[in-house]
Amino acid sequence: MKRLGKQTLEVVNNCYIIGRGSLVGEKEKNGTFRKYMEYSTDDDKMGEKTFEKGERKMLRLINKRAIKDAELLVDDIDIYLGGDLMNQLVSSNYVAEVLQVPFVGIYSACSTITASIGIAASLIDGGGFKNILCSTISHFSSAERQYRYPLEFGNQRQSYSQWTVTAGGGFVISSKKSPIKITKICFGRVQDFGVVDIANMGAAMAPAACDTLCNFFADTKTKPSDYDFIATGDLGKLGSDILRDLMKKKGFLLEQNYSDIGHSIYSFDEESYQGGSGAGCSASVLATYIIDKLLDGTFKKVLLVATGALMSTISNQQGDSIPSVAHLIELEKS
Amino acid sequence: MENTEKRNEEYLLYVERETPKTGWFNSLLHAFLVGGMICCLGQMFGDIIKAYNPTMDMLRVSAWISIIIITITILLTAFGVFDRIAKFGGAGTFIPISGFANSIASCAIEFKNEGLVFGIGSKMFFVAGPVIVNGVAYSIIVGLVYSLILLF
Repeated sequence: MKRLGKQTLEVVNNCYIIGRGSLVGEKEKNGTFRKYMEYSTDDDKMGEKTFEKGERKMLRLINKRAIKDAELLVDDIDIYLGGDLMNQLVSSNYVAEVLQVPFVGIYSACSTITASIGIAASLIDGGGFKNILCSTISHFSSAERQYRYPLEFGNQRQSYSQWTVTAGGGFVISSKKSPIKITKICFGRVQDFGVVDIANMGAAMAPAACDTLCNFFADTKTKPSDYDFIATGDLGKLGSDILRDLMKKKGFLLEQNYSDIGHSIYSFDEESYQGGSGAGCSASVLATYIIDKLLDGTFKKVLLVATGALMSTISNQQGDSIPSVAHLIELEKS
Repeated sequence: MENTEKRNEEYLLYVERETPKTGWFNSLLHAFLVGGMICCLGQMFGDIIKAYNPTMDMLRVSAWISIIIITITILLTAFGVFDRIAKFGGAGTFIPISGFANSIASCAIEFKNEGLVFGIGSKMFFVAGPVIVNGVAYSIIVGLVYSLILLF
């Protein structure tokens, strides 16, 4: 590990993504990335009794696929890092119990996947571990009932709200060589610009993404045009427009190579307001579209900045504004 | 600290400017159409009841109308149709008694998994609770004012 500037870490000893697995719901399957989504399900509950149990089953399948894709066995996994959006990370906790490998739960809302991969890369670089499993999931129905209203409750959403994706992604990070190399990581600082409206998460998270990106570019002395693809996690249309503006003010121009996964995950004819949000948003697209494109050589250098809004229903009801964070990973084709 | 406050203020103004607004004309039109339709339905039920029982007084007829609308709403909620109508109609579905029925039925369905006591029992009024508390509080105020007026 080598420190660059204030916040960025460069992975010195090689660290690769050797396995990936994803699972998406019906709505996501019919979205923009439909060609890349390999596994999907039409049953939200996965044949279980509750949405929460269904979410756990989905996460179990995702982990299984990631481990299988890496051509490993569960016993080869040294540690499992991950989290989800449920209170106390129940989904991941229950899945970890079944896996029976050491587990550390990570809560970073929708930026869980980059936080986990960042920590995994540091651990591998440190030399203590060989294979690390990282995964995360979000589920529309279970998140909706935890954060908002019952599903059948008839209300109108604000035009600037986002739609929690039912999707998840898992990765096996290893020191074993593979085409997808993790080269740099940058953990973000928590930013709070005073946005209180829980429906407007894009506006709450855009400053965090801007802060992490600007610090990363300053630390590495690079600029947005040095990358083939820059993706933010789930800012939505409004949030990504705000990010473009904020970055422009700081002197970085985000152009054609920038895209927000939340904004693009659903196709335009699907009713999703500003786009998707949720931990599974960036994880599932990283596991499918981004890695596919890296493998076929379209992208050589990719930045993924997953953003997370760190509020709870209690802090929100007490009128506190929404703090948010963004963690960045840089991937390269080796 | 002052800097942060100024920064936040500017940012929130900027976000306010950027955030897409909901078209008020469409919202009003949808609410008018759907709400009006529900009220027409109610009137229709009332007229039918009245036609079959000419001796029934108006108070009982309106009670029957409410019961029918509530039953239909709960059925539509259970079949997963009501939230689609409400998405279109907005306040048009929420203001009539249908909104109230839907808020209770949807909670009861949603929290069934947490059991009869802590699920349905305590979460059923999750959305409707504040409305009931409000209604009771205002009726106390109105009652007090009314009794004061009667004193003089």
